[in-house]
Amino acid sequence: MEKVLLKGNEIIGEAAIRSGCKLFFGYPITPSTEVVEYLSKHLPPKGGTVLQAEDEIGAINMCYGAACTGSRVMTASSSPGISLKQEGISYSAAAELPMVIVNVNRCGPGLGGLGPAQSDYFQSVKGGGHGDYRLIVLAPSKAQELYDFTMEAFDMADKYRNPVLILSDGFLGQTMEPVVLKDRPEPPKVDRNWVVNGAKGRKKRILASYSLTNEIGEANNQRWEAKYKEIQEKEQRWEEFYTEDAEYLLVSYGTTGRICKSTVLNARKKGIKLGLIRPITLWPYPEKAFIPYKEKVKGMVTIELNTGQMIEDVKLAVECKMPVHLYRRQGGMLPTEHEILDYVEDIFSLTAVEEV
Amino acid sequence: MAKVDVLEKYCKSCGLCIDVCPKKILAIGDKTNQKGYFTVACKDQEKCIGCALCATVCPDVAIEVYK
Amino acid sequence: MEKVFARTKGLTDIPFSFCPGCTHGTIMRLVAEVLEELNIIEDTIGISPVGCAGFCQDFFSCDFVGAPHGRAQAVGIGVKRALPDRMVFTYQGDGDIAAIGTQHAIHAAARGEKITSIMVNNAIYGMTGGQMAPTTLEGMKTSTSPYGRNPLVDGLPMDFPKIIANLEGAVYVASVSVDTPKNIQQAKKAIKKAFKVQQAGLGFALVSVLSTCPTNWGMTPVDSLKWLRENMMPVYAMGELKVTEEVKSL
Repeated sequence: MEKVLLKGNEIIGEAAIRSGCKLFFGYPITPSTEVVEYLSKHLPPKGGTVLQAEDEIGAINMCYGAACTGSRVMTASSSPGISLKQEGISYSAAAELPMVIVNVNRCGPGLGGLGPAQSDYFQSVKGGGHGDYRLIVLAPSKAQELYDFTMEAFDMADKYRNPVLILSDGFLGQTMEPVVLKDRPEPPKVDRNWVVNGAKGRKKRILASYSLTNEIGEANNQRWEAKYKEIQEKEQRWEEFYTEDAEYLLVSYGTTGRICKSTVLNARKKGIKLGLIRPITLWPYPEKAFIPYKEKVKGMVTIELNTGQMIEDVKLAVECKMPVHLYRRQGGMLPTEHEILDYVEDIFSLTAVEEV
Repeated sequence: MAKVDVLEKYCKSCGLCIDVCPKKILAIGDKTNQKGYFTVACKDQEKCIGCALCATVCPDVAIEVYK
Repeated sequence: MEKVFARTKGLTDIPFSFCPGCTHGTIMRLVAEVLEELNIIEDTIGISPVGCAGFCQDFFSCDFVGAPHGRAQAVGIGVKRALPDRMVFTYQGDGDIAAIGTQHAIHAAARGEKITSIMVNNAIYGMTGGQMAPTTLEGMKTSTSPYGRNPLVDGLPMDFPKIIANLEGAVYVASVSVDTPKNIQQAKKAIKKAFKVQQAGLGFALVSVLSTCPTNWGMTPVDSLKWLRENMMPVYAMGELKVTEEVKSL
């Protein structure tokens, strides 16, 4: 298999092409722009379509239309652009349309800055748009995962007829790293007897999210709810790192999840039994990961690039049975592995532990 | 010989057909449909010329015409 | 006797849910007849908007996608780009296409997207109960312009087809009315041409149809048609506003 050096955003583009993505609708915004640039260059020669829309609202609604035909479709943007897409995302979730949405998170609120952040965690996993829906949210932490998760995102979107969000950030998107261009996994067998492509030899179909009858509205909500429960049951994913004997756990995803591995290794050198749970699916949140540890470890620290968002889900996952602390950087700043360890030692009064 | 056929299920008694009929043979009838509209009826089929102006202006596609 | 006027196969048998006398039904019937006459019912995907026009998804017998408010062109472009050999049309009210969805309509026209848009202009927001639209006439009273549309506050009505006609990618733009049997026939011709333009892959086509809203205008259906004729038709540029050479030869 081919190994190449690419920017994170380009990796997503390449993975999309190799996943059979046929259409991409986007609008430039830093630090996600290389996704649309890469695809503009490489998708049309493969027979696909790339269209730079008039704005992000147009782009997401073009995805909505294309997804209605059963075609594989993707869009990418960064935080303010993702905010503009929320209306279309809500409609897509309601019409149960498979599509992949990439958010190369920059810091906010408002226009904010271009540095990496995890400030869109709530927006990604708690709804973002109006109504009561869920996106499947994948959080890559390195180049290979950008590639692998993009491929899996298309399959999950098809399997569950649901939009899938890849939550990257400015650091992952802009960093060049080697990546193995693996073959596309066997796509799931999916039912396409819902697509809108002209009512030839069948009854007409309507794909819409509108229901003025409350009874039908409730039945729809219950159907979606059942799907979300199934996803929660089957798709929770996470990585564990030095957790088996851990007395303290870090919880972190994406870029900071990666930094935390160094923190754990440094802590182990000092005799501190520190481990890491790195959520890979942010929705469904990997609550199952915490079950073995919620009676066992002495405390947890979430490492986040925001004012503390994921910490709420961690507290729920451990049912507040132990102290859960937060160490965070904001505004585009990243923590070093050392400052994270300093915080852990300080908050759990571990400074007395001798180096081994 | 012509005939105007008001499809009662669709008629909403808006009166546009009555206004446009050159022979003035359409009128609001005395029967209601399921929605409660007094549907349009033809008072004098004999006089119908089958011009279909009534059907052309009917916004509910509630009129079919024979000729 | 032979049936000389029958309900078109382009419509389902569901009765329209519009108020009595609302000409939305007339316009939908014309579009449906065009679909039948061009034999494209099974090749067509309609895009329904939000507002009264949104109900159209139940009434046409072709496939439909329900778009968010104002996004019909964007959604339609997504469908058309995925399935270039299918026919795609949007059916939108004036608020949907000329207020909240302006950017999508203008850029669809600018790019020459090969879709057909039907704009229904009744100078008011009907579904929400009679608020001011971008097309509300000067001095016209609505629930959000209770003293009459004041140009100093609300600006003047927007003649949207004229704006679209200025764009290179728009190859056919017409503004028609359904106030009389004759004009209804003219409207149908324009709608048919707008679909033929798409069949020929020539570019973006828009037909704006002046329509009534007896309920929110507070008039009888018959008076509404008269009001439309006397008040709206003089304000809006009528007829074929843009016909490129290629379209002429269709």
